[in-house]
Amino acid sequence: MSNFVEGAQVVTRPLLKIDNLSKSFTGVQALSGVSLQIKSGEIRALLGENGAGKSTLIKVLTGVYPRDGGDILLDGNAINAADSGHAQRLGISTVYQEVNLIPTLSVMENLTLQHQEKVFGLISWKKAEIRAKALLAQVGLDIDPLRQLDTYSIAIQQLVAIARALSTQAKMLILDEPTASLDSDEIKQLFDLMRRLKAEGMGIIFVTHFLDQVYSITDSITVLRNGECIGTFNTAELTRSDLVSHMVGKSLEELAPSAHDHSIQRERKALLALNNVGKQRYLQPLNLSIAAGDIVGVAGLLGSGRTELCELAYGSVKPDQGEIRLGKHSLTKFSLRRAIQVGMGYCPEDRKQDGIVAELSVRENMILALQASRGWWSPISLSDQQGLVEDMIQRLAIKTPDMDKPIGELSGGNQQKVILARWLITHPALLILDEPTRGIDIGAHHDIIQIIKELCEQGMGLLVASSELEELVMFAHRVVVMKDHHKVSELLGEDISEQAILRTIAS
Amino acid sequence: MINERNLPILATLLVFILLYGFGVYEYRGFRDTLVFTNLLTDNAFLIITAIGMTFVILSGGIDLSVGSMIAFIGVLMAYMISSMGLHPAFAIGIALLVGVFFGTIMGVIIAFFEIQAFIVTLAGMFLFRGLAYLINLDAVPISHPFIMALSDIYVPLPGRGGLTFIAMAMLVLLVIGILVARRTRFGMSVYALGGDSHSAALLGVPVGKTIIKIYALSGFYSAMSGVIFAIYTGSAYPLAAVGVELDAIAAVVIGGTLLTGGVGYVFGTFLGAMIQGIIQTLITFDGSLNSWWTKLAVGGLLLFFILLQKGIVVWVKKRAAG
Amino acid sequence: MKKNDFLHKHQKTLAPLLSLVLIILVTASVTPGFLKITFVDGHLFGSLVDILHRGTPTALVALGMAVVIATRGIDLSVGAVIAICGAVTAVLTVNTDWPVWIVILCALGTGALCGLWNGILVSVFNIQPIVATLILMVAGRGIAQMITEGQIVTFHSEVLDAIGNGYFLAFPIRVWIAIGLILLTVIVMRKTALGLFIESVGANVRASRLVGIEARLLVMSAYVFSGFCAGLSGIILAADIRGADANNAGLWLELDAILAVVLAGASLAGGRIYLLLTVVGVLIIQTLTTAILTSGLPVQYNLVVKATIILAVLLIQSPKTRQWLSGLFPKKEGDKKGSTTP
Repeated sequence: MSNFVEGAQVVTRPLLKIDNLSKSFTGVQALSGVSLQIKSGEIRALLGENGAGKSTLIKVLTGVYPRDGGDILLDGNAINAADSGHAQRLGISTVYQEVNLIPTLSVMENLTLQHQEKVFGLISWKKAEIRAKALLAQVGLDIDPLRQLDTYSIAIQQLVAIARALSTQAKMLILDEPTASLDSDEIKQLFDLMRRLKAEGMGIIFVTHFLDQVYSITDSITVLRNGECIGTFNTAELTRSDLVSHMVGKSLEELAPSAHDHSIQRERKALLALNNVGKQRYLQPLNLSIAAGDIVGVAGLLGSGRTELCELAYGSVKPDQGEIRLGKHSLTKFSLRRAIQVGMGYCPEDRKQDGIVAELSVRENMILALQASRGWWSPISLSDQQGLVEDMIQRLAIKTPDMDKPIGELSGGNQQKVILARWLITHPALLILDEPTRGIDIGAHHDIIQIIKELCEQGMGLLVASSELEELVMFAHRVVVMKDHHKVSELLGEDISEQAILRTIAS
Repeated sequence: MINERNLPILATLLVFILLYGFGVYEYRGFRDTLVFTNLLTDNAFLIITAIGMTFVILSGGIDLSVGSMIAFIGVLMAYMISSMGLHPAFAIGIALLVGVFFGTIMGVIIAFFEIQAFIVTLAGMFLFRGLAYLINLDAVPISHPFIMALSDIYVPLPGRGGLTFIAMAMLVLLVIGILVARRTRFGMSVYALGGDSHSAALLGVPVGKTIIKIYALSGFYSAMSGVIFAIYTGSAYPLAAVGVELDAIAAVVIGGTLLTGGVGYVFGTFLGAMIQGIIQTLITFDGSLNSWWTKLAVGGLLLFFILLQKGIVVWVKKRAAG
Repeated sequence: MKKNDFLHKHQKTLAPLLSLVLIILVTASVTPGFLKITFVDGHLFGSLVDILHRGTPTALVALGMAVVIATRGIDLSVGAVIAICGAVTAVLTVNTDWPVWIVILCALGTGALCGLWNGILVSVFNIQPIVATLILMVAGRGIAQMITEGQIVTFHSEVLDAIGNGYFLAFPIRVWIAIGLILLTVIVMRKTALGLFIESVGANVRASRLVGIEARLLVMSAYVFSGFCAGLSGIILAADIRGADANNAGLWLELDAILAVVLAGASLAGGRIYLLLTVVGVLIIQTLTTAILTSGLPVQYNLVVKATIILAVLLIQSPKTRQWLSGLFPKKEGDKKGSTTP
């Protein structure tokens, strides 16, 4: 199974060997038969889209999740970390994207937590401070270790987290998206550190969604998709476009230009207009306009700014520059409720956190947006509710035994349809869908794409962000391609093809 | 430069000094060491309870059962000494074990069943009070030569003041508390848990074990407080120490500990409890003020410290982001 | 199979109701005459009526508490608010010649004001509800003592007497008042969208915000309502003893109220609440208390029994326990899956 590309002089046994690892969560196979090997002194990129299994792999490796099957060998010894602390003692240290340190403790206390040196059975803070300073020096930080961690910027906290990871005699270092909050100088500093560690013989797994970084620092690349290991490649030998096609599961050669009709309706007046809308550290200013009956797709890799664009356009995150107009209204100062009243709708990406109210029934979830825009004093009568909900259950083919079932007990696809229905009954002029087909079964997937097309025919404007290019190509009239929080291109009509999108992303 | 996380405890110290200074300035009697040592003795049981509570609150939890525990342990001790004829030293040992046992049970329920500490310890509060009633309905005197001997220990200090056994026991427990909090791995785990329990787990802190130990420790301290309270009053009464959990929580908060956990010092709690004691003493010295002013003053201080903490948190966040 | 479906669906409703019936039956079998109700002078008498009578203040407080818990909050200050409002009632009755309805309005307004204070701390200053309401819990009794100047103020007023101990249509007047407020609350919560919004905010504040429901005002009004309920309860308790006792009025009532809401199947983590079942929860607690009193057992058993019941209910509600149980009966788990996944 292993596609490991043997280097020229691999004689020593690998530092880390993962063999046929698998893990499933209540029926969903998150990892199936993943195998890979990493030498000491190797920097390996671990790449894949959302849900590819990267974080599951890391969490199984570090003992946060127990594994279902397979072996993990470190230095030739089979290991089975019981928890993250155990993994650290075994020699695997991890730095996560969201800084997993204690914000209320000092830098020194964070660096030495669980590893404090003791004198007569009591922690010696004098020794701890010396040690903390040494560790900070190692990552090139000159800060006061006695200050509370959260008084420092996220970038510094990230470096402190790396310093801590190095403190535990690590043989393997896992960096899970460490650069997301760093600026270019800090990234350079981090890369210098990585090179030094590499020279000292440490194995490093580097998870990132910045392809530039992959090519500037890593030796080899492992691509995961849908819980499977697609392959491991030498970084120098893999072109960007090949890499992107491995990640999204399509190769450029096998993509024939699609026969879908992309006829553009350019003449009509813009329904939604974003004029130079942006927010610092969030999204670079961009322009976008959507006319009634338009479907505009948003493409880009994970972390490229897809969701950020949706949130700014909807207004759940307020931009710090530019103007958003919907029809004759300027939305910039509107509350969400006002925006909804004049025709906005938004299905968020994270269905569980931002979409459903799990305890409430299907009916209540469905009428929530309409009811919120009417206000609490103007209730929708129960019979009207039942009528609306019954209609939607029929129209969207929602599978639920009855409308009073808590939505949390429905399958993901049906939950998504309920959220979609929630907006449809408000009759929005413009609907924003962020990853409308994520994590749902094939049948529901097909249904939702059908619905999107119908809505467009009825004259609704749609902004759809998706990581599935095939889907975008199927229905979008225009595709906005995002990269590193920039809008890099806008493809029109006949130019829209998976090939073209991939090329733009990889360029 | 002053570290922002020390601001609350500095504010506590300032309040303490101001109140004490006001007393010394205003009342002649306040200048004697007697007032200070009396504060130590009279508030010993509250301070001891509040030390245990500090660990609980530092970890982000709460323990409402401490007041009932004090009454229960006192009644249990009296029963063992008077009715069963056990030697007091032996009875105290057993009583402390019982306190640790019940604390552990609550910790296990909180850690393994993931039920909120608030409601679990609320059940504990009812249970211990009920158990105290089951043993004994009335106040009973605890008279035994050993207890008398303990009560008679007295180290005179310059002035008219002196340290009683109770005050010294409290000071020893205070020192132990400070050392456990700041100089042991368990103590740092408590802080880490209160700061961010999810990250703490990823950093290798044994979360479940630590939670159980915290409530066992709080059980120990409140049981110890029960013993001290029994020696202090020379009797045991199932209705004793009603509402002490609130005083203890107030002492912890006024002592500069963040009620959501993660930040604070055991020594601050000592000051917090002493401040409550000083307020009471001042009101007694004044003679014209009524007792409800204690509650109002404590409530006002609570509000002040909670808003101070909130302000610091918001300020630090803004600064780190900007 | 059909029957099982019914049981499964109404499990949450049936559990408290069955518990109440069971407790009443067990008590009745131990204490002869427990179920007996006599009709004298147009009034009903008996243990069951007594339970209603005594349960009223707790029921009112629990009603407000339920709404607060729905928003993912908690109100520890209700006991202290009861003392404050009782003190206001007593002092105004004694010291002024204001008509009684103005006195009552003042007391209710004071309760609402206390609630507003809590609400502002929670929703404007974003202070954790336990912490925010703790302040008034500590200071409130001091305020009440200040109002009564440390005395137990006794008063005489025919209207207040009637509220405390009078009868109307065979039932105690205070029971009618409670029934009125409970029905009004249920109607406002269920016939407008207020209940839906409050539960939605409590269960998922982020999703609620995205559909345009702003939490701040809702949360604040929940605390105001809780303060109002506590105020009403305070008036009744003061009227009952014809005096205001700043130290003991409503002592530990907040704990009984929270317990009743939890017994009714609500989670302290916010979301769904069951107002009528909360009343059943209050009746369970009150029946237990009365049962222990009438059965001749010492009063102190009450606390041990209460503690045991809380723990049992909590352990049953805990998802962890359900995980264990479903591990023990894997077949049932399979059934469940089959019915939920389409």
